[in-house]
Amino acid sequence: MILALLRRDLATLLPGGRRGGTLLPLLFFLAVAMLYPFAVGPDPKLLAKTGGGVVWVAALLAAILPLERLVAADLEAGVFDQLALRGVAEELAMTSRLLAHWLAFAPLLLVATLPATALLGLSGETVRTLLLGLLAGTPGLAAIGLAIAALTASLRGGAALAGLMVIPLAVPILIFGAGALARPDPAALAFTAAISLGLCALAPFAAGAAVRAAREG
Amino acid sequence: MALPRLSATDLACRRGERLLFRGLSLDLGPGEACHVIGANGIGKSSLIRILAGLLRPFAGTVSREGSVSLLDERHALDPQVELGTALAFWRGLDGGEAPLDRLGLQELLDVPVRFLSTGQKKRAALARLVAQGAPIWLLDEPLNGLDTGGVALVEGLIAEHLAGGGLAVIASHQPLAANAHPLALAEFIP
Repeated sequence: MILALLRRDLATLLPGGRRGGTLLPLLFFLAVAMLYPFAVGPDPKLLAKTGGGVVWVAALLAAILPLERLVAADLEAGVFDQLALRGVAEELAMTSRLLAHWLAFAPLLLVATLPATALLGLSGETVRTLLLGLLAGTPGLAAIGLAIAALTASLRGGAALAGLMVIPLAVPILIFGAGALARPDPAALAFTAAISLGLCALAPFAAGAAVRAAREG
Repeated sequence: MALPRLSATDLACRRGERLLFRGLSLDLGPGEACHVIGANGIGKSSLIRILAGLLRPFAGTVSREGSVSLLDERHALDPQVELGTALAFWRGLDGGEAPLDRLGLQELLDVPVRFLSTGQKKRAALARLVAQGAPIWLLDEPLNGLDTGGVALVEGLIAEHLAGGGLAVIASHQPLAANAHPLALAEFIP
């Protein structure tokens, strides 16, 4: 059951998938990394000091882009109704969606981090911390994104609202994930991972409840 | 297998501030069907969704014995993929075979769902409904968008379903040839 769901979700969300445009977040991410040196000037010391933080902010914004159609399209099409009639809990459908959403944007984001950090001239040590931090933090970003996407799916202008709602919730991940760059300290990375895991555990329940509530509306 | 049964007692439905209907009861056993009739906006779709368990009634209870399948205006077929792929997802969950030839879908399997006409999408949704093999059918406007051949086809499918021991609730403003008890929602307006 969950395999069938996951296969469909992956086919839908992966780049080149059914809803298309999933490479756009990556291009957006790279564009931000490319623009930053133009905006603050080519001072290598400044770029090395602030570049990691910029990559984090770019990753956060890139994670918001795919939210628009993450849940809304299936809600409109009645897919969750049909699944409910077959005894598939909304939570299960959302767990599969969370996994697919993370797989669709995070691994490519990590790969794109390499050219992005090269553009910013970051040192090897910083890049390593950054990659570990993103690896620990992106599941949490995906979880927040899914819950918010489900909450706003039935609203008009839900996509813009989703973006606004994700940002404050992502602050803890950003603080600890990007904080690990300033003070090389594995505790911050571990804390990012802990926040991520907690969010991943909660998100399917929040999103499932949101889908049920949208049905009543 | 236990005999399918669908019963509702003293249902009331409220949408927003408006009470759509109240005091509605029905009880259907194997081979029985009920044709819900009424004007637009009277609450036919809401009744179907309440019977399906997708909407909480304002008052009253629904009990279902047997699995339920629902056909409404939302076909739950991914618009971007070919019809065959879209149906294959549901077949993976349900396991049944759809009568594709009979529904005239065999030639359409490699056409993306978004290119299908309204009537073709309805036929595809019917294929999913039949393949699900549930004893309780809840049909919300099953004849919308279908040509005369399609209407006859749906009536044939319903008759076969009832003859096979299934039951059905059909909400439609169009007349049905199938042997179904009429249920006029207008009688339950408060």
